[in-house]
Amino acid sequence: MDRRKAQMLEELQALQFAIVDLHLYLDTHPCDKRALEHYNALVCKMKEVKERYEQFYGPITPDQPSKFPWQWIEGPWPWEMIY
Amino acid sequence: MWIYEKKLQYPVRVYKPDVRMAKYLITQYGGPDGELSAALRYLNQRYTMPTAMAKGLLTDIGTEELAHLEIIATMVYKLLKNASLEEIKQAGLGGHYAQHDRALFYTDANGVPWTAAYIQATGDPVTDLHEDMAAEQKARSTYEWLINLSDDPGVIDALRFLREREVVHYQRFGEALRNVYEFKESKRFY
Repeated sequence: MDRRKAQMLEELQALQFAIVDLHLYLDTHPCDKRALEHYNALVCKMKEVKERYEQFYGPITPDQPSKFPWQWIEGPWPWEMIY
Repeated sequence: MWIYEKKLQYPVRVYKPDVRMAKYLITQYGGPDGELSAALRYLNQRYTMPTAMAKGLLTDIGTEELAHLEIIATMVYKLLKNASLEEIKQAGLGGHYAQHDRALFYTDANGVPWTAAYIQATGDPVTDLHEDMAAEQKARSTYEWLINLSDDPGVIDALRFLREREVVHYQRFGEALRNVYEFKESKRFY
């Protein structure tokens, strides 16, 4: 996998991980305003990074527009990626 | 419903094939304290949870466990890739090869297939959340023993990530349990 792709993917994974972790925290601390603000800011940032990655390397979620031919089935799949 | 994300939750690096490690690691795929047990346990228990907090948390942790199942699968797949038949036999996976070749299968480290008897749903939220907390601790211990068994820095790195998630999930389940106790207390009147 080329270096830029690996870097962008890791950036996205890091952001999405922070979101998942805060998401669980907010499930049990729904009135923590500071955590909620932090969560909302991360979601905005993640959307930008995801969009940029998908422009170059194809869809991560199955709800994205596709170039021709159908991009979803393009490899490598997550378990085949070599860093 | 669920939507697939075409990426791993955490990057998996495997520096060299290691059939023996694959044999040990498969227990977190289809063993008693593995990720399949975890995902199915939580996603099934959520229906009878009394509080919004517990319903939400079981949905979200159950979903995260599916991402962990994929991380384990990726590690096993990479550890077994290109292994020779001789290496497979030497590592004690000859029986696995006879039934599955190099395919993944839901078994523990000794080849025992996954069974629903590993998990429970009693319908009592206090009991079920205690089971969930115990399950997280059992998975944490298993990850520690697996880390001891590996000498691949890539595998160890991913296992450390998964181990930490068990600790966080345990903490969150404890908070949901307290919330269920408060709910039960608020319903009591004389």
